[in-house]
Amino acid sequence: MRSASRILSLTILGFAIVIMGLGSGLSAAPAQAGEVPLPNPAKAFKGEQCVEPIDVMRRDHFEFLKHQRDETLREGIRGKKYSLNACIDCHAVTSPDIAGGKLRTLKPFCAECHSYAAVSIDCFECHSGAVQPGIGSEIGKQSALPPNHEQLKADKALITLLKGHLDPTSPQGGTGQ
Amino acid sequence: MAADTTIYKEIEGKGGDYYSLVGWLAVMAAAGFGSMLYMEHYGHVVTGMTNAVVWGTPHVFAVFLIVAASGALNIASISSVFGKTQYKPLARLSTITAVALLAGGLMVLLLDLGRPDRLIVAMTKYNFKSIFAWNIILYSGFFVIVLTYLWMMMERRMVPYSKKMGLLAFVWRLALTTGTGSIFGFLVARPGYDAAIMAPMFIAMSFAFGLAIFILVVNVAYRASNRPLGDFILFEMRNLLGVFIAAALYFTVTQHLTNLYAAEHAGIEAFILWDGGIYTFFFWVVQIGLGALFPLALLFNPATGRSCQGIMIASILVIVGGLAQLYIIIIGGQAFPIPLFPGMEVSSSFFDGAVHPYVPSLLEILLGLSGMAVSLLIIAIAVKYLPLMPTSLSDAKVDPNHVAAE
Amino acid sequence: MTDKTMNTVDSSPVDATKRTLLKGGVAAAVITLAPGITLRTVEAAVTGPATQAKRWGMLIDATAPEGVWDLAVEACKAEQGWGSDHNKSGKANAATDPQWIRKVSIKNPKTGAKASLPVMCQHCANPPCVDVCPTGASMKREDGIVLVDKHICIGCRYCMMACPYSARSFVHEPVEMQKPHMPRGKGTVEGCTMCVHRVDKGQQPACVEALNKAGSDAIMFGDLNDPKSDISRAVSKYVTQRIRADLGVEPGVHYRGI
Ligand code: HEC
Ligand code: HEC
Ligand code: HEC
Repeated sequence: MRSASRILSLTILGFAIVIMGLGSGLSAAPAQAGEVPLPNPAKAFKGEQCVEPIDVMRRDHFEFLKHQRDETLREGIRGKKYSLNACIDCHAVTSPDIAGGKLRTLKPFCAECHSYAAVSIDCFECHSGAVQPGIGSEIGKQSALPPNHEQLKADKALITLLKGHLDPTSPQGGTGQ
Repeated sequence: MAADTTIYKEIEGKGGDYYSLVGWLAVMAAAGFGSMLYMEHYGHVVTGMTNAVVWGTPHVFAVFLIVAASGALNIASISSVFGKTQYKPLARLSTITAVALLAGGLMVLLLDLGRPDRLIVAMTKYNFKSIFAWNIILYSGFFVIVLTYLWMMMERRMVPYSKKMGLLAFVWRLALTTGTGSIFGFLVARPGYDAAIMAPMFIAMSFAFGLAIFILVVNVAYRASNRPLGDFILFEMRNLLGVFIAAALYFTVTQHLTNLYAAEHAGIEAFILWDGGIYTFFFWVVQIGLGALFPLALLFNPATGRSCQGIMIASILVIVGGLAQLYIIIIGGQAFPIPLFPGMEVSSSFFDGAVHPYVPSLLEILLGLSGMAVSLLIIAIAVKYLPLMPTSLSDAKVDPNHVAAE
Repeated sequence: MTDKTMNTVDSSPVDATKRTLLKGGVAAAVITLAPGITLRTVEAAVTGPATQAKRWGMLIDATAPEGVWDLAVEACKAEQGWGSDHNKSGKANAATDPQWIRKVSIKNPKTGAKASLPVMCQHCANPPCVDVCPTGASMKREDGIVLVDKHICIGCRYCMMACPYSARSFVHEPVEMQKPHMPRGKGTVEGCTMCVHRVDKGQQPACVEALNKAGSDAIMFGDLNDPKSDISRAVSKYVTQRIRADLGVEPGVHYRGI
């Protein structure tokens, strides 16, 4: 009987794990850690500075975004600076491959770090970055990613550089400024 | 009575039969998962649902399984709460069946969400005004309580407490079915649902559906594992099933009679009872005829009621009738137009004033069936690895009067 | 921040290290900003939050010529970007394509009298969709506008079951080329937002503006709490009616001339 109850408590535990695993598995389905080289976020297209210093952005950008999204939608507070549309305006790129260049997309910029850190976000299913008169009028100038962008990522020298750039313990420091 | 001398033992689970059963169930479960992925990719446009009939066939199966889950727990409750010792040996199997059915039903609900990837949102954000959110709590609680109850029955030190736990489980399952019924009962907008009787009716339905499934599980499990199954316990369950079918029928009749008295419900009543096409057919032929009257006849006819086949066929019919009943409630209730301007003829590009067509798609049926498969799979695996089934259910073992009679 | 905790639940230790590394690690966490540091972007004027001082509502004149309702529907489509999702699958499907606002024709079977009027989200004060939503995605703003927070909508469709007006649609197909002010996505529920993005900027909803431009005031928009607003005056002048007022949901959309 002892062993039976052990099996049963294991089953209960297993249940919990399966439920949790199912949840996280579904929500992080495309996550792929492993042998992806350190990220190399594409340069912002516009502006010299981000809405916050870079180290703050790196650390807290999702808090800012989530906070702003709740404020905008649920409380009706508009005009604050962490707008996803603003990120699109500075960070998004167009490419003839994507909707014939009619859509700007943040995907490459955000995905650099996210695929490395196994984070998956669904924002761009809805926040498409479509061009609209008045918003993103500079679209024509917004360059597509360099064609060799994929290979760039595998560039050893660049990765070493980035490692230093991102690693707070290295001499260059993690400030990235 | 003397101390419980029942011996519980895992089933062998080695033969080709067992593996092919498990294999087929796994294939069906996988098919459901596949339909989910397909729906995720193309959107729900590939299913039969529309903007008017928003809950389709998967919900019929899901609600059926969830309702049946709490009913399947009855055998355990009857033995511990109401002290009917003859059911005691089946209590463990009854709890695991309940857990398995609930898990299968919830899986279907989950996989039919528009955004199943947001499961975590569903588990972390609650709107406590929502009956749906209460249900999420009721369902999670059901798993915890029923599994703890099972554990207490199996762990010798805990047996004295198991009775209290059984009582808690019983109260919880009543709350759970009330909650499930209220999902529909609280919808004031739709004439087919707005009724307090939904909650008690769902409880009566759960008794019948759960027991029907349980009778099948017991029969199949005992035959397949070559363990003795006496007539006594079978006939006891048969009598109980008869009572439950009658109770569910009673509530159905009451529901429609009260609705017929209220003039505002005349439309939906005429739709279901008279001119609703497939829904009317399902009501009279499948739900009432095949699902209630015919099984009652089978169970109480001395010829068929005393045969194992007769009882099993009756149980299968109860399940078919139950699915039909939920199809009428869930889909019929949505197909009937919402009265935007009562008393007026209404029309628009959005199906106002017209009966909404709904045709189940293969995907939805697969998804629904996969829920059933998952439930059965859980039971099949559980009885192999846990000592849930008494080695014998022969009359000598279960009938309290057996010895006296000899 | 439940989101964040959940996020760490699903991460392997490796991912967690990577995340710390990316975020600048512990060292960066100590860095504090000098107070008063000016950032480059000048914040545009911040507006809001919405408060209960306002109660946005509409008054619809059902005696207006039928054609104006088609105009209102088209204006809504153009503004919010619904109505052409099927372009991808190639075929329009009346049963599954979203409809945020629709023209409804009614006829009295006894007298033969007819009318037509637009029906959309009625922005109820006691919205059944908000009561039933399990996650709180279906919500009412302080100023009475009823919305779907698509960030936490799980697509269960219970709100659609509960709505007495069939005002909500489920996005059945992948969506493309959404408007930047109206992100829409497959698997979530949507409906009339009373054009919050415009209202918050002090503009009129798109349907109202389109009708005004066409010289019609068949839909009037404004603050029902402000006794001096045009809509309040009109509501106190005419006998108005609300659809299914018997349900007690207190819609914010009034009709006259039905
Ligand atoms: C005014 C233009 C502008 C806006 C608006 C803007 N950024 Fe930036 N962002 C920049 C610049 C410039 C950098 C510096 C790095 C570079 O040169 O690419 C940067 C850097 C970043 C980095 C660090 C990348 C790295 O190299 O590690 C992140 C993360 C980031 N931005 C996220 C966001 C997010 C999220 C938003 C929207 C809330 C946003 N940004 C809005 C211009 C902008
Ligand atoms: C299912 C569709 C959907 C998805 C997915 C989605 N959003 Fe949104 N988002 C919306 C809608 C709708 C609004 C409201 C727009 C309005 O009222 O102006 C919005 C508004 C916002 C806003 C405020 C408007 C602005 O640009 O400042 C932010 C910030 C935001 N979302 C961030 C996110 C982030 C970050 C994600 C991914 C984690 C995300 N959203 C995913 C639909 C979506
Ligand atoms: C410098 C690398 C980097 C860049 C560039 C970056 N992110 Fe992130 N992001 C991260 C890391 C690391 C996390 C995980 C944080 C954690 O879980 O602790 C994250 C998490 C998030 C989350 C929360 C995910 C969740 O499941 O809760 C959102 C939303 C997000 N990022 C949005 C964006 C957007 C939008 C962009 C592009 C504008 C972007 N990020 C660019 C590194 C980055």
